Amino acid sequence: MENEKVLISNSIRRLRFFAGEMTQQELADRTGVTRQTIVAIENGKYFPSLELAFRIAHTFIVPLSDLFIYYPENDPVLIKLKAKQTKKEKQ
Amino acid sequence: MGHQEKQSIVSIIGSVLVIGFYSLYVYRNYIQADLELLNDFQFWGKSFLYLIPVAIVVQIVIHIIFAIANRIITQEDLPDFTDERDKLIELKSIRISHWIFILGFMLAMGSLAMGMKPYIMFLTLISSGFLASLASEVAKIIYYRKGA
Repeated sequence: MENEKVLISNSIRRLRFFAGEMTQQELADRTGVTRQTIVAIENGKYFPSLELAFRIAHTFIVPLSDLFIYYPENDPVLIKLKAKQTKKEKQ
Repeated sequence: MGHQEKQSIVSIIGSVLVIGFYSLYVYRNYIQADLELLNDFQFWGKSFLYLIPVAIVVQIVIHIIFAIANRIITQEDLPDFTDERDKLIELKSIRISHWIFILGFMLAMGSLAMGMKPYIMFLTLISSGFLASLASEVAKIIYYRKGA
């Protein structure tokens, strides 16, 4: 389990778009962090603390599960989904 | 490049300038004239004590100049706060610099244990302090590029 690569993706970019193309600086100001931190989170380079994650979710008025999606690399459900997708693409 | 990375580069330049010019000044004005000073503990004590305020003042001046230049060039103010990512990166870089300084300290004590002259110990201590501060800034740049 420890060696398993954990992947967490986020939908901040999409949520910013739906919030009237909110800028990264605006989101940073609202959540009390620097713009560079928002950039790092959006690019999946930095995983925020639970508090900051909640603050971002609160800004967009969405539950945390809409903001961050967690899946381990060897998740059987995801492997099945990916296989289905590849099959569809081939057809 | 983010402002934090720029600040780290400025700090590196500041450290190199301070240690370079201070070493040159001490060598030309004191050591060159009297090599025996190298074995004088009082000389080393004074050199260390004077270096600390000089380094602090020069770093403050360099950072003020950087903030003004940054404001003029980018039309943006530097943030006056540090967020959780900044603090995390700061902690990680301090850990690295502590390890380097501890290693330098061990080497310095090792030089004494091996019967080398005391000035070797003082030089190793100064060098490890300098390297530790450089490593801290380099680590910050790497962590900021990596994300955290």
